[in-house]
Amino acid sequence: MIEVQELTKKYGKQVAVDRLSFRISGGNVVGLLGPNGAGKSTTMRMLSGYLLPDSGTAAVGGFDVVKESMRVREHIGYLPENNPLYPHMYVREYLHFMGALHGMKKDRRRTEHVIELTGLGPESHKKLGQLSKGYRQRAGLAQALLHDPPVLILDEPASGLDPNQLTGMRELIRELGKEKTVILSTHIMQEVELLCRHVLIINKGKIVANDPLPALVAEGGLEDVFRRVTR
Amino acid sequence: MKIRTILAKEINEFFSSLTAYITVSLFLIAMGLFLWVFPDTSILEYGYASLETLFQVAPWVFLFLVPALTMRFFAEEKRMGTLELILTAPVSQWQLILGKFLAGAFLILFCLLPTLVYYFTVYELGEVRGNLDSGAIAGSYLGLFLLGTAFCAIGLFASTLSSNQVVAFMLAVFLCFFFWSGFDSISRVASLGAVDFILVQLGIYEHYVSLSRGVIDSRDLLYFASLTFFFLLLSKQRLEGARW
Repeated sequence: MIEVQELTKKYGKQVAVDRLSFRISGGNVVGLLGPNGAGKSTTMRMLSGYLLPDSGTAAVGGFDVVKESMRVREHIGYLPENNPLYPHMYVREYLHFMGALHGMKKDRRRTEHVIELTGLGPESHKKLGQLSKGYRQRAGLAQALLHDPPVLILDEPASGLDPNQLTGMRELIRELGKEKTVILSTHIMQEVELLCRHVLIINKGKIVANDPLPALVAEGGLEDVFRRVTR
Repeated sequence: MKIRTILAKEINEFFSSLTAYITVSLFLIAMGLFLWVFPDTSILEYGYASLETLFQVAPWVFLFLVPALTMRFFAEEKRMGTLELILTAPVSQWQLILGKFLAGAFLILFCLLPTLVYYFTVYELGEVRGNLDSGAIAGSYLGLFLLGTAFCAIGLFASTLSSNQVVAFMLAVFLCFFFWSGFDSISRVASLGAVDFILVQLGIYEHYVSLSRGVIDSRDLLYFASLTFFFLLLSKQRLEGARW
């Protein structure tokens, strides 16, 4: 579902993503784990079409991210880093807007379903700017789910969530991961352990580990492995 | 249609902050004062049944107001990070640019429509009822609207140059001023000789005055269309360039 080959991105002389290669097949939840500045967001931005790679190729859902960017964007739900939102919009207004950008007509049932799915219900009458961080995160996730894309690219989706909210998100993502391809990034161990089935560890723009979660846990605990490969 | 979605969102944003209200009010208050109160420019003092003053003053007011409207367009999206959200949705850069541009054009229209009251006022006030040059006024309104939309395109481009709205504003004012009267001024540098004619034709002023005579010359329309398209194209290049 997501195929990346020798993907490279440089900012001036600094190589942010260095000939990255990996493959993720459908129906999985993959964690992209790495220290800050490792190249997680840059990689996701190339997958979503926000940035263009300097070299290498990537395909999402079978579509090339450079040559068929529109197709890719139709098939992904993307949650950018820092979860950007429009503060003056109401929750439903925002969801209808994002839905419309994906070519959806105003579908009240679908909107309510996604609100329920992400637990936005009690706060759904408010403006996005009035929501607390956790609810804002849910709104961002709701927008990514709205058009029922086969691939979800989530940049730090659990950022700012308290332990209860994190558990809720785990259930949601686990459910979504049954049929969809989910790739999420984080630098927090617990999130990976709770949410993911497969782990890609990235350091300084390179993949340093690419294993199912149980394998890494068996190797001596995720944190140990992480420290070892990112030294 | 996605352009309509963007258009609706922008107009909504104009009216949910103070932007639209302040812009339109300031424009109308300024016009009202200049045309009916200040003795230097007042129609009542001037004594002739003409709206010339409106069309002489309005471009200068637009020079500041339109950049104030457009400075938000991309600067704020960049600053808030929502540009990433929109550009990763299946919306093309042109759809985004056109949606915002049309929202600006709509607001300019919204500013101009109330001034029709002035037209009717002067119409009634004439010694002979209706003895004003309606053809010239129609042409002038068209010229003013096209000027406004050209400024809007320039301001939109300026907005892609920075994530700081104030910088976007200042760049827009500078560029608008340059296209409004900068070419005129350069052309007057005596040593340029015959080139001065071409330079004057590059500036907005010449075409604006031409339209205000009431004769709709296709060359003037083509000028405004080209200028507007040029800056919208530059904006698209900026958006595309940011992906590298």
